[in-house]
Amino acid sequence: MAKRIETIGLSCFYGKTKAVEDVSLTIEPKSVTALIGPSGCGKSTFLRSINRLHEVVPGARIEGKVLLDDEDVYDQSVDVVAVRRHIGMVFQKPNPFPTMSIYDNVAAGLRFNGVRKKSELDDAVEQSLRAANLWNEVSNRLNKPGSGLSGGQQQRLCIARALAVEPSVLLMDEPCSALDPISTLAIEDLIAELKDRYTIVIVTHNMQQASRVSDVTAFFTLAGPGQPGVLVEVDATSKIFSVPADKRTEDYITGRVG
Amino acid sequence: MRGRRLSRNAVFGAGLSGVALAGVLNLAYSTWRWAEFVVLGVVFALAFITAASWAVEGRRKAVDRLVSNVVVSAFLVALAPLALVVYFTAVRGIPHFSAVFFTHSLAGVPPSETGGGIAAAIQGTVEQVFLATLISVPIGLLVAVYVTEYGRGVFARAIRFLVDVMTGIPSIVAGLFIYTFLVIGLHQGFSGFAGSLALSILMLPVVIRSAEEMIALVPKAYREASYALGVTRWRTIVSVVLPTAMGGLVTGVMLAVARVTGETAPLLLTAFDNNYLNANPFKGQQSSLSLIVYTQAQQAYQPAIDRAWAAAATLILIVIGLYVVARLLTRRSAFRHG
Repeated sequence: MAKRIETIGLSCFYGKTKAVEDVSLTIEPKSVTALIGPSGCGKSTFLRSINRLHEVVPGARIEGKVLLDDEDVYDQSVDVVAVRRHIGMVFQKPNPFPTMSIYDNVAAGLRFNGVRKKSELDDAVEQSLRAANLWNEVSNRLNKPGSGLSGGQQQRLCIARALAVEPSVLLMDEPCSALDPISTLAIEDLIAELKDRYTIVIVTHNMQQASRVSDVTAFFTLAGPGQPGVLVEVDATSKIFSVPADKRTEDYITGRVG
Repeated sequence: MRGRRLSRNAVFGAGLSGVALAGVLNLAYSTWRWAEFVVLGVVFALAFITAASWAVEGRRKAVDRLVSNVVVSAFLVALAPLALVVYFTAVRGIPHFSAVFFTHSLAGVPPSETGGGIAAAIQGTVEQVFLATLISVPIGLLVAVYVTEYGRGVFARAIRFLVDVMTGIPSIVAGLFIYTFLVIGLHQGFSGFAGSLALSILMLPVVIRSAEEMIALVPKAYREASYALGVTRWRTIVSVVLPTAMGGLVTGVMLAVARVTGETAPLLLTAFDNNYLNANPFKGQQSSLSLIVYTQAQQAYQPAIDRAWAAAATLILIVIGLYVVARLLTRRSAFRHG
């Protein structure tokens, strides 16, 4: 089931460097929230702190809270592995596991968590590939390497892989920036379908994309080089792109800066 | 856009005249010296080609030709010892191959007589290297995983440093260590297994170093993709990182195996050689191919020296065979990248 994400006073650090400062943001379930802003403003870092992937980087840590339906994912008693099962992620560059077939890629998350039953895996693989609009293209070559697909297909394979473990939230870190316009369109259509069942957060540099796919847009910026990123404003996408409340947002979306 | 180009024949001619000059100079000596002929020939050929190119094509092309020719020559120089070693060993060793040679031990065969063979040595080498691999590969892989994936701070750096130091251990010292510690210290006596332990001391750093590099080459993106699926760190390493690095890992292990298969010094004081067949690596002296080459080559009789060449040729063939098998295995087991 889709769940709500809420960050309270979230700051992210790399060692002594503060990358994101004091972000409080609520992301509603069954909606698409786009994070936009200039390079280096901490959108990706913020995104990665939601599923605790931020802390994989040596020296990285956070302050503040991230709530998943009122449960603090950074609580001492919370298992980081369980958090990531609830919050799936799709990366900028398609990264199917190179040694695995299409089938094995999709089944990986379940298999590595102990699911052995062939029928269960078969069902999950088919469902996930269908949900990612990839089934028709690959159903006859599930045993071929995932790296043999086109870039757009690989990215949908990665989405299928993320969906297979049945997360409630899907984080997407510039999922189309390495893809051509046709593959991008396929992913955007897919996002529109997926939002009925998942909470989706997408980082994008492409403002047209943000306006096409998202219901809510959050604008991040940074005061200058070396400064931490801050959340400027968050509102309905239609409002952000027509009558933003903040001058900095307006400058950014009209192309005067950034 | 077009400039004058030196034709293929002209390049060939310039090179050949360089070689010819070296030949003429060499003939001026009373005896023909191959080494000087080859070295001078290459130097003159390079100089002539460069000069001809400079005159016709200009400076940039001349420098280009000079540098590419130097690179190719350096490659050939590096290749020459290998080719010569394989060539001479094959020529002197392979004619002495026979059914008896591969199926009999040296039991009761004096150095002055033909006959006898390396069956005991082959068996000893296979057992010792197999045991050494069995010991050092798991330990080496785990150390490499620890250092690359888990190790932080002083402890990991200390391990890295010690591995580097270990790489520099002279092989005879590894043998001496096992000798004092196990063979006489713990009264275990000579055995193939003692030899295996000495060999694994030499294998470990090679396995660790190569595995470390291969594991570090696996892109971060695959690890993160796995973490993001809610997969534990250990499972990610076992199921994603190691399979992705598999080709390189196997190559690294094979390099280590190949390196110790030819080691003699560590076995001198541990396996101690044996003219008789001893199938049990855990009890009693054992022969090995490298030891048999060493002992037979020391003899004053031609039959023994022939056996040494033939054993050396066998050793080289085994090592080459291992490489080929490893290549085929890795080619089949993993999908290609990208």
